[in-house]
Amino acid sequence: MTSTLVPGRTPLRRGPFSGVWRPRNVTVLVAAAVVLVLALAVNIGRGEFPISIPEVLAVLVGGGDAGQQFIVLELRLPRSLTGALVGGALAVSGAIMQSIARNPLASPDIIGITWGASAAAVTLIVLGGSGLVGGLAAVGLPIAALVGGLVTAVLIYTLAWRKGIQGFRLVLVGIGVNAMLAALVNWLLIIAQVYEAARAQVWLNGSLNARGWEHVVPVGIALLVLVPAALVLAFVMGALQYGDDTAKGLGVRVNTARSLLLLVAVGLAAVATAGAGPITFVALVAPQIAQRLVGSSRPPIGASLLVGAALTVVSDIIARTAFGSVELPVGVVTAVLGAPYLLYLLIRQGREARA
Amino acid sequence: MTTRPDAPLDAPLDAPLDAPLDAPVDLDAPATDEAPAARVRLAAEGVRLGYGARTIVEDLDLEILHGTVTAVIGPNGCGKSTLLRALGRLLAPTAGHVLLDGRRIDRTPTKEVATVLGLLPQAPTAPEGLTVGDLVARGRHPHQAWYRQWSGDDEAAVAEALAWTGIADLAERPLDELSGGQRQRAWISMALAQGTELLLLDEPTTFLDLSHQVEVLELVDRLHSERGRTVVMVLHDLNLAARYADRLVAMKDGRIMAQGAPADVLTEPLLREVFGLEAKVVPDPVAGTPMVVPIGTARASRP
Repeated sequence: MTSTLVPGRTPLRRGPFSGVWRPRNVTVLVAAAVVLVLALAVNIGRGEFPISIPEVLAVLVGGGDAGQQFIVLELRLPRSLTGALVGGALAVSGAIMQSIARNPLASPDIIGITWGASAAAVTLIVLGGSGLVGGLAAVGLPIAALVGGLVTAVLIYTLAWRKGIQGFRLVLVGIGVNAMLAALVNWLLIIAQVYEAARAQVWLNGSLNARGWEHVVPVGIALLVLVPAALVLAFVMGALQYGDDTAKGLGVRVNTARSLLLLVAVGLAAVATAGAGPITFVALVAPQIAQRLVGSSRPPIGASLLVGAALTVVSDIIARTAFGSVELPVGVVTAVLGAPYLLYLLIRQGREARA
Repeated sequence: MTTRPDAPLDAPLDAPLDAPLDAPVDLDAPATDEAPAARVRLAAEGVRLGYGARTIVEDLDLEILHGTVTAVIGPNGCGKSTLLRALGRLLAPTAGHVLLDGRRIDRTPTKEVATVLGLLPQAPTAPEGLTVGDLVARGRHPHQAWYRQWSGDDEAAVAEALAWTGIADLAERPLDELSGGQRQRAWISMALAQGTELLLLDEPTTFLDLSHQVEVLELVDRLHSERGRTVVMVLHDLNLAARYADRLVAMKDGRIMAQGAPADVLTEPLLREVFGLEAKVVPDPVAGTPMVVPIGTARASRP
């Protein structure tokens, strides 16, 4: 290992691989992972039959008695794991979109991607009726959500395109599309049968209730495919952070790169939405928290993933415990935590726009 | 610290850093006995440029020779920035072609172009909180891949680019904390780290006060004289253009009105024709290059 020639950019090299050693990044990753595991253990331990944290951890590594194993692995782990995976997927989606648009407001839950996915899913719930349960719903909902999210993304992108994409215009167009989609969902709820409307409503609040392995698997697969893709594309994302001209000058095929990144981001947001409904603000807040923790100039993918997962599981703990026997949908808690941050961002951007 | 002050940064691709300055980059071009200085590096052939239905430049030809510093001058809206954007493949001509080393630039992979041709847009933007070191390192992008983001070559080139532009001690400072002049030096350092033989600069002195304008242009001059870079830049200040460029291209309404050595281009009739400016052209007392003194009507002292 050679000495550092450029202050602040210590090399890390092995074979053909090389990168910059950023200790703060690693610290944040480890800390977020620890918080995530602890939050998972706490969340799994809570319930009608409380299980202590050490016991939960013991079961997770293969110990514990048969009863504990059943409760933890079959009943409670899928719920918490769905929360973690969905939160991670939303956060990575947010990190990518915020980077592409160079604007923290351009997260999928603000500009209508998650509502696009929701509108498609609610359409399926309402029009598909009660015949759509079990396996068909498990396959149909994610696909409908994915299609809904993609269509919305293409719509927003096309409307916002004017010789390139400007972050602020993307956000404004997105907010408009978001409002239209919300109206569409409300209309669907009004024309729906009471039973289906109730089912859709619970889902729309972003709920982790009664989540089983059938919810874990699709989100898990999506993360396994899309997060590595995001990590590879993060290299190009670094160059896209500059103006389009600079990025093109550096040899980046700007439109191709941006389309691919957008596809990955929409895929993650849509699959997450299909899994647990439109859990709001995680995609907006988690990447920003991760960015501040790491001290980087754009939201980091890895740290966003873990912060988003931890944030969602912690929110689920609050949703389940803060109001005694009444369990809230996790989306209500993330909304309460995230809304003030959104206000802060809006005020700050308003100032910048005037300045 | 193992800085190698005499290692040229313009070594093409992964060639050794101590390759000769005038190493030919174009592998397709047949070897000739022609002096490298006469080689056409960048050419526009009958290009028509515009945005949407609006045509700004019509049927324009231009050749940029190896080892020259060319300044494009002209009144606002004459199409000089548009021309530079086309030369840098940021804008596709609606007719005609741009050739880089004899090859159509739009048919050359953009990443390959980025190892030969670097550009600095007018008023470039960088993400908030970015450090100077990270900015300059971004110049290495065309030489990198997702798994190879900080090789030994990258590190050496960035360290040298920082030292050469005199901002090595600012490497860990956020870009937005720097003064305008320092920031522009950081951007030029980034273009230097990219290691391209050709550099396109779009008004590199905008928003800078006079002393920083001179500082930046001195840097450009050293890029040329010490690093053998071929430079094309758009400049507003005619006197500085005459001082720092060895070729001037004067444009008006999307057409080239004159080109050549500053003394041949910057004449009183041309100033009248291109800029609509009545002016005296006198020798610059420092460099001897032509200096424009506007006549105007106010405050003219009568002999």
